[in-house]
Amino acid sequence: MAEVVLQQVSKAFGSVEAVKNLSLTIADGEFVALLGPTGVGKTTTLRLVAGLETPDAGRVFIGGRDVTQAPPAARDVTFVFQQYSLYPHLTVFENLAFPLRAPTRRLPEEEIRRIVSEVARMLRIDTKLGNKATQLSGGQMQRVAIGRALVRRPAIALMDEPLSSLDAKLRADLRVELKRIQQDLRTTILYVTHDQMEAMTMADRIGVLENGRLVQVGTPREIYENPVSAYVAGRLGQPAINLVPRAVLGEWNAPLDAALVGLRTEHVQLHRRSKLRATVPGDISARVKRIEHLGDQNHLHLAVGEHDLVMLADPALVFHDGETVDLRLENPLFFNAEGHRIA
Amino acid sequence: MSAANSAHSVVEPSGYAKLIAGSLVAFYALISLVPLVWIGLTSIKTPTDSIHYPPKVIPFVEFQPSIEGYCNLFSTRSRQTTEYIQSLPPPQGACETITRARGMVVAGPSNYVPRYINSLIIAFGSTFLSIALGTAAAYAFSRFKVPLKDDLMFFILSTRMMPPIAVAIPIFLMYRELGLSDTRLGMILLYTSVNVSLAVWLLKGFIDEIPREYEEAAMIDGYTRLQAFRKVVLPQAVTGIVATAIFCLIFAWNEYAFAVLLTSGAAQTAPPFIPIIIGEGGQDWPAVAAGTVLFLVPILIFTVLLRQHLLRGITFGAVRK
Repeated sequence: MAEVVLQQVSKAFGSVEAVKNLSLTIADGEFVALLGPTGVGKTTTLRLVAGLETPDAGRVFIGGRDVTQAPPAARDVTFVFQQYSLYPHLTVFENLAFPLRAPTRRLPEEEIRRIVSEVARMLRIDTKLGNKATQLSGGQMQRVAIGRALVRRPAIALMDEPLSSLDAKLRADLRVELKRIQQDLRTTILYVTHDQMEAMTMADRIGVLENGRLVQVGTPREIYENPVSAYVAGRLGQPAINLVPRAVLGEWNAPLDAALVGLRTEHVQLHRRSKLRATVPGDISARVKRIEHLGDQNHLHLAVGEHDLVMLADPALVFHDGETVDLRLENPLFFNAEGHRIA
Repeated sequence: MSAANSAHSVVEPSGYAKLIAGSLVAFYALISLVPLVWIGLTSIKTPTDSIHYPPKVIPFVEFQPSIEGYCNLFSTRSRQTTEYIQSLPPPQGACETITRARGMVVAGPSNYVPRYINSLIIAFGSTFLSIALGTAAAYAFSRFKVPLKDDLMFFILSTRMMPPIAVAIPIFLMYRELGLSDTRLGMILLYTSVNVSLAVWLLKGFIDEIPREYEEAAMIDGYTRLQAFRKVVLPQAVTGIVATAIFCLIFAWNEYAFAVLLTSGAAQTAPPFIPIIIGEGGQDWPAVAAGTVLFLVPILIFTVLLRQHLLRGITFGAVRK
């Protein structure tokens, strides 16, 4: 467990700049998630910390020590891969013991057996220790991999979408379990994901990556409520934020250089047209296109002129296709033509 | 017929289909086995029976089996007068009895055993070298940025493009200069150079299939690359290595042309030796057949022992993800 610092790190593969001038400090015991779509440099960042790649520029510190040129074995990190997390030719026991038997550690066999059985109990796989790794289910394999990475008490545990190959139910279970173990052991974790749910629920802080650059770092709440750009705003929120050209919303007192308006459900008050309520000036009229019933909530698809919006709606409210509603905006997010946040 | 029995499955062949497939395999096996059976039968005939026309096929009915072929394979004999033979002490063992009945005595052991040992040393030696070099090269080509990788791989493949015998004379001259003619080392190096290209290409396919995450995990777990290679890559490549080894071994074991050209005595292998086993009055066919039967044994054992790897190995590398 240690503080990890990335200092202006860059890495290119041929002409592709995977990571550009990235600086990030991960505090001791902190859970940081890197969020972004595929190919944005998340995994490269992780591999730079692990030492599987060497940066072209910049430095990496783990626990105050400059490890920029150090081999992976000398960094005291663990890594959980998206797939192929266990050695298929070894048993579960041998898999758990593998890092403890490394020449750099050389623990006595007695000690190894004690640690492994302790881990196995914690992961609830003590009955499977003699099985070949390939005889476990995908969920069990990934659980063993995660447990193994945490229990070795590394300076930092690096996780590359460890849950993304699992089905939804298992993913939700392991999310809770991973967070519990991390809190129990106070492990420092750098976690890569494209799943906003994982980032929101587990991370102390989220770093959002765009084209190899770290564009915003903050708590999940900060990132959600106060995104620096339209791109960041699009990363969090379900359904995704509606980015509407300002002109669509008509004459309306937005900042002068606002080009895009970001609308989440909480930025919009929805009113049904009725004879009892007069239309207030500034209200935007929208037509109900479709309603998706998700049980505990509804996704309401609206059309404002040519533009589509998706909002959450109370399932108790019944709308009809084609019905006209009025929208009143409350403190929406404004972005300029480059997508930067201006208000 | 019950409903369960009439249910049709796409993946499970019906009994009828199995029967047809089985018969085809059996038929093919029968045809393939004819030459082997013929050689086996010849090895237990007497020289006279072996050239009899029409051929005698069924043992104990058409001809009486004899171990004369095997006796002659392992011994050299000289013809002696009846008086001399009768003056000798009684024969020891079946072979001496048979030899004396032909009016000859055993003069000493034949060269078959030393030639056989040469074959074993050269074939297994070159297979080991091919696999060791091939695995190392294949791993490097698979995992590292090797400059001109594609060109080098093509160059390695191109060494297989002409028949090896086309370079026989340059090699013959070169070996004479280097003092490698008729040495085991020379033959091991020669067969290795032919096999290593096959080994590199086959093994690169197998190693490409092993996700590099495993080595990376091992390196993060505290192992060096070499240790990760030994502990993680090699165990997973065993199937490919075994399949490749069998191919290399079969080539080196059966190679004839270079062996005839480059070896004559000390390093001569069994293939050029067996066909020139001469008995009285020409080719000693039962001895030749016996030599061939015994020559098949090591490959048979090797392949049978490793057949599971072989089967998986041949199909494994072919599937691309």
